[in-house]
Amino acid sequence: MNGVHDMGGRPGFGPVVREENEPVFHAKWERRAFALTLAMGAWRRWNLDVARAWRERMPPADYLRASYYERWLWALERLLVEKGFVMLAELDRRPDRPDRRRVRPGRVGGRVDQPTGGEGPDAGIRRNATLYHMIYCT
Amino acid sequence: MSGHDHEHGHGHLDDPAHPHNAPLSEVQLRVRALESLLTEKGLVDPAALNELIDTYETKVGPRNGAKVVARAWADPEFKRRLIENATEAIAEMGFIGRQGEDMVVLENTPTVHNLVVCTLCSCYPWPVLGLPPVWYKSAPYRSRAVRDPRGVLQEFGVELPEHVEVRVWDSTAELRYLVLPERPPGTEGMDEEELAALVTRDAMIGTAKVQAPERPAARAEAAR
Repeated sequence: MNGVHDMGGRPGFGPVVREENEPVFHAKWERRAFALTLAMGAWRRWNLDVARAWRERMPPADYLRASYYERWLWALERLLVEKGFVMLAELDRRPDRPDRRRVRPGRVGGRVDQPTGGEGPDAGIRRNATLYHMIYCT
Repeated sequence: MSGHDHEHGHGHLDDPAHPHNAPLSEVQLRVRALESLLTEKGLVDPAALNELIDTYETKVGPRNGAKVVARAWADPEFKRRLIENATEAIAEMGFIGRQGEDMVVLENTPTVHNLVVCTLCSCYPWPVLGLPPVWYKSAPYRSRAVRDPRGVLQEFGVELPEHVEVRVWDSTAELRYLVLPERPPGTEGMDEEELAALVTRDAMIGTAKVQAPERPAARAEAAR
């Protein structure tokens, strides 16, 4: 599938920038994201192609902005939900996870008027729609 | 590549006693939340995660590939097997595993220079080179290696004469390449260990040539 990841021959990205004595990982979280991806891959619920396909589904602007392991993490979260290892609600309601619905400085637009689920007979449907929006559209 | 938050080894995620009180970034929080969730569910074992990290930080890396190259230089029979069936020959040396299931070795000669890229992502022969450097995974390298390989090589300090043919190999998830660089002059008396010390990661990707030792006779002598 063509996409932003298919970079061969594309002009405009500038010179190759190298880092002398580059470490294997650049941050603690990169190590953990890498190891979590391999450890969950060991359950063999997906193969390399499936994992790559998810990384390639990142919205193009986000893909270009993201660092390598940010793409891995983005894909891993979605793989875990898709394969039923975790529910989206579990990912999203961890107390140690930032609440993405909270309006924060610099992020004032676009988050305040999302449906929140609420009560009532169709609450589940609305909540699912919200979760779908959060995982596929954020 | 944006988004690298350089922690300079502070590692405050795993060191609560550390006086560093900087708030964690969103990506740090997401990873921490994910790890604790998966651990609680019994899906991952943090000790196994540590082992995976340690493996790729300290055990699997370009020193493995350098040993393969050095053996190919020192042992023509091994080199023949390496060119013929790289996966098996490399496995003989014990370098097997993830992302090295199907290997091809590309021999550089005085008239052919090979360059390896993965335009789609980051495919790379992990068992012999470890995890790829950031530049290999970056948009500039992935886009330009196939369009302007000589320009890219110049940025790496490699100037090739006009008559040298440049062959660019685009890796896939199934097939990964290792460049067998040319053995430099002045290394005639060296053993495999001394030879391996000359071989760099970039030479095995094709973005460098192996440099001749500065004082070949003296170094070979000193190592005895």
